[in-house]
Amino acid sequence: MKEEFKIIANSIQREKSILDVGCGDGELMKFIYENISKKVRGLEISKDNVQKCIQKGLTVIEGNAEIDLQQFPSDSFDYVILSQTLQAFLNPEKVISDLLRIGKTSIVTIPNFGFWKVRFDLLFKGTMPVTKTLPNEWYNTPNLHMCSIKDFVNFCNDRKINLFKSLALTNNKVSSINKFNLNFKNLTSELGIFLIEK
Amino acid sequence: MNRFDDIKKIIIKKPLKLDCGVTITDYPLAYETYGKLNQDKDNAIMVFHALTGDQFASGKNPVTNKDGWWSYVIGPNKALDTNKYFIICANVIGGCMGSFGPSSIDKKSGKKIGINFPVITINDMVNAQFNLLDHFNIDKLFCVTGGSMGGMQVLQFIANYPDKSKIAIPIACSASHSAQNIAFNELGRQAIMADENWINGNYELENKSPNKGLSVARMAAHITYLSKKGLQEKFGRKLQERDKIKFGFDADFQIESYLRYQGSIFVDRFDANSYLYITRAMDYFDLCKNSNGDLSKVFKNTKTKFFIISFTSDWLYPTAENREIVIALNSINADVGFLEVKSDKGHDSFLLDVPDFLNALKNFVDNSYKK
Repeated sequence: MKEEFKIIANSIQREKSILDVGCGDGELMKFIYENISKKVRGLEISKDNVQKCIQKGLTVIEGNAEIDLQQFPSDSFDYVILSQTLQAFLNPEKVISDLLRIGKTSIVTIPNFGFWKVRFDLLFKGTMPVTKTLPNEWYNTPNLHMCSIKDFVNFCNDRKINLFKSLALTNNKVSSINKFNLNFKNLTSELGIFLIEK
Repeated sequence: MNRFDDIKKIIIKKPLKLDCGVTITDYPLAYETYGKLNQDKDNAIMVFHALTGDQFASGKNPVTNKDGWWSYVIGPNKALDTNKYFIICANVIGGCMGSFGPSSIDKKSGKKIGINFPVITINDMVNAQFNLLDHFNIDKLFCVTGGSMGGMQVLQFIANYPDKSKIAIPIACSASHSAQNIAFNELGRQAIMADENWINGNYELENKSPNKGLSVARMAAHITYLSKKGLQEKFGRKLQERDKIKFGFDADFQIESYLRYQGSIFVDRFDANSYLYITRAMDYFDLCKNSNGDLSKVFKNTKTKFFIISFTSDWLYPTAENREIVIALNSINADVGFLEVKSDKGHDSFLLDVPDFLNALKNFVDNSYKK
């Protein structure tokens, strides 16, 4: 399983309720279901992926997070997970506010646009960056609103969102992000993992 | 021998007060079963049929000699696997395959009840079928499922008996019959009633049958079960056994011939008055009406796990109406999954060989049974 998923799973307490937004083929959900909590549900836009989830015995709703999150009641899940999907939304700000409303804790991960390889592509090659976490070309990327770790931290601070745990991931190594190493982590990390609350 | 002699039936002694106020008692409910009930009695699935269905969901229908209406779904190793599950399907009251309906004989007069049959609702149908749990000594079903009007019965079942089924799979249905659907049903009823052989519903007394009207009703309804794309691909403007149009009102086009055929075979197996009563029951179906339009309140007490399925090309019970059910269940944090299956086969998709549908159904049912 992806290192990112292990970190997310480790952040979740046993037997709590979880909503995985954009759950894909259900890999993370299945791990959570088998090891952490049976109370896990998913929301997924792709029909193929919904089928794969059903095959795994997972409860999934086919839907679009930007439209369908609003039907979930406030504080209805202990955790809401959004893994590497925020940048693909038309209105990420609205999605974040829905996550905070629905979940007591939200776990958001983002591919870091401040990562040095990304900066290198733009600065020296003069081309749109293509990296491990951003594998698409400019013309076929689903990503609409890329941000860096620093952008996301600023986003939370500006909105008084309680960002109570920030982790950075590079080459499968995890480290903490704090206000003193933020600029450095923003340069050296492929992925940011954030636990946020209202 | 009467062709209905072989049909399994229970006579329900327990009085049932219908929504219209009439109480019925000692009435027959015809049913069929597939597979075996296990020792723990935890493998029972109740399947509810749609408007013109009956209890013969699988195998050969002994009356029509055709395959059961859900033969793609029910059978050994199929989505509802008869090697594993015990499947019960009853003919709804109001129907014409052995259950209490307008073609039943009135005990007092010795004549067919006809139009004196009380107006029934989906709620009445479900309450009548609930008696089968007692009959088989089943405390709790594993699953309730069905498509179209069968899906409505699934929703009604869980609303009435929130702890009597572990899982529920309403397919291609709605919690509240739409104006468009009422309109189509009214069209069908008017076609039947406009037939001079309907005789105010008393056709059986005069040994007649409003076949023309019933056939037109079926033709109109049949169009609503298909999709524009499906019709276009199957028939297009193809001509029926001729090279060019004949400047008349014969069936020039294949689609005309097809619809006429569908209408003509339907009248052999279905009672016109049953068609009136059952379409009326569908029109009256509105699960939200007792909760000020709030569907979620209807399911407030349920622990049942739901899986709702719709089809992309179904314009009779479109995805949006199925999604209303998902939204209501979500808003009370019920355990609900949802899938919109891609299919060009319209509303009829749930009856046909649509692999994405059959696979999803099988996976959901089998995985839910394991847990």
